[in-house]
Amino acid sequence: MAENEVKLTKLAKCAGCGAKVGAGVLAQLLGDMKVLRDPNLLVGFDKSDDASVYKVSDDLALVQTVDFFPPIHDDPYIFGQIAATNALSDVYAMGGEPKLALNIMAVPKDMPSETVHEILRGGYDKAYEAGAIISGGHSILDDEPKYGLAVTGFVHPEKALTNSGAKPGDVLILTKPLGIGILTTAAKVNMTSKEGMDLAVTLMTTLNKSARDVMVKYRVHACTDVTGFSLMGHGLEMAQGSNTELHIRVDDIDLIPEAVEFAKMGILPEGMYRNRNFAESYVDPGEVELAYQDVLYDPQTAGGLLIAVDPGDAEMMFEEMKGKVPSAQMIGTVEEFHGGSRIFLKTGS
Amino acid sequence: MIDARGQSCPIPVVMVQDAVKKGNNPSELQVKVDAMVCVENISRYAASQGYTVSTEESDGEYTLTLKK
Repeated sequence: MAENEVKLTKLAKCAGCGAKVGAGVLAQLLGDMKVLRDPNLLVGFDKSDDASVYKVSDDLALVQTVDFFPPIHDDPYIFGQIAATNALSDVYAMGGEPKLALNIMAVPKDMPSETVHEILRGGYDKAYEAGAIISGGHSILDDEPKYGLAVTGFVHPEKALTNSGAKPGDVLILTKPLGIGILTTAAKVNMTSKEGMDLAVTLMTTLNKSARDVMVKYRVHACTDVTGFSLMGHGLEMAQGSNTELHIRVDDIDLIPEAVEFAKMGILPEGMYRNRNFAESYVDPGEVELAYQDVLYDPQTAGGLLIAVDPGDAEMMFEEMKGKVPSAQMIGTVEEFHGGSRIFLKTGS
Repeated sequence: MIDARGQSCPIPVVMVQDAVKKGNNPSELQVKVDAMVCVENISRYAASQGYTVSTEESDGEYTLTLKK
């Protein structure tokens, strides 16, 4: 990298989805807002879902979402791809297909135009891969650069997947490994290995499209993407929204080994602690070691899908996922809620 | 005393790790930070190295004493 080139991540105060406002804070902020009631709004903010879904006709619903954040990678083209992958993911998490997108961009006034162009090129390339059209956008001047997309997609109104439909007996499937946030945090002090960073970038730029395309063929009852609120945060929202509890086998989760090592050394993002504060009183950690728990609370940027699938379809869907998603994992089950904890962590397969 | 105030995480915990390595596992180490996330991160690292940690807070600044 030439000396006069900007080190993008140095301009960011927080990294990627770690920059998200905590889930508890959001609920408080929006609690007393006046909102129109409309029977066609199938999914709104009330269940803390990934995107809004609005029924247009009996066979068509709009899926809308927006996501943007400060640089998580120094290469502007990679940053653009990551931001777009992350924004598009919310549509996939609802079982939808993204169709239109708008750029949202904040740029420092002295940022070289090639850098801005590269960020945008990353976004356009991912939107193209997703089959979506970027049809416009808005940019403002800001000391801290930011990029993302507002995405509109379509889904059949009866096939929109929410995070609140999980049923006791469902099997939980996850489609990407965990630990991305820890790797990008360690990268800020140049501790992440080249292999570790390559893995993080590959994961953050892999669309959840294939996972979505497989998922919609089976009896899926609930889905969410695992992003800033971590597996525990998003899992908790699924358990609460569905009035169930989740039993998770930690040994069956693909935890990136390098991330576990960093967790043991205290190299953890601030978002991990925010997620803990939000969720840990609902989580029974069992015998799971602290460092492994920490990875379960690690905020993921452009993480995988967490899917609750009918037990009759679980094995077939799991087999079909293998090779099509970065890491297919069968991590636990949905159970009837007994009061008390919402998530139970278990060791041993 | 390591002064890691004004440094954003994970720099403070890395400063402590360097001090522990350079000092060849000193029996006592003090560090000043100004964010709770740094207190937590340093505490986790210290525990993994067999230190006990006590923390004092005053005016949003934290002094951690690591002992073994």
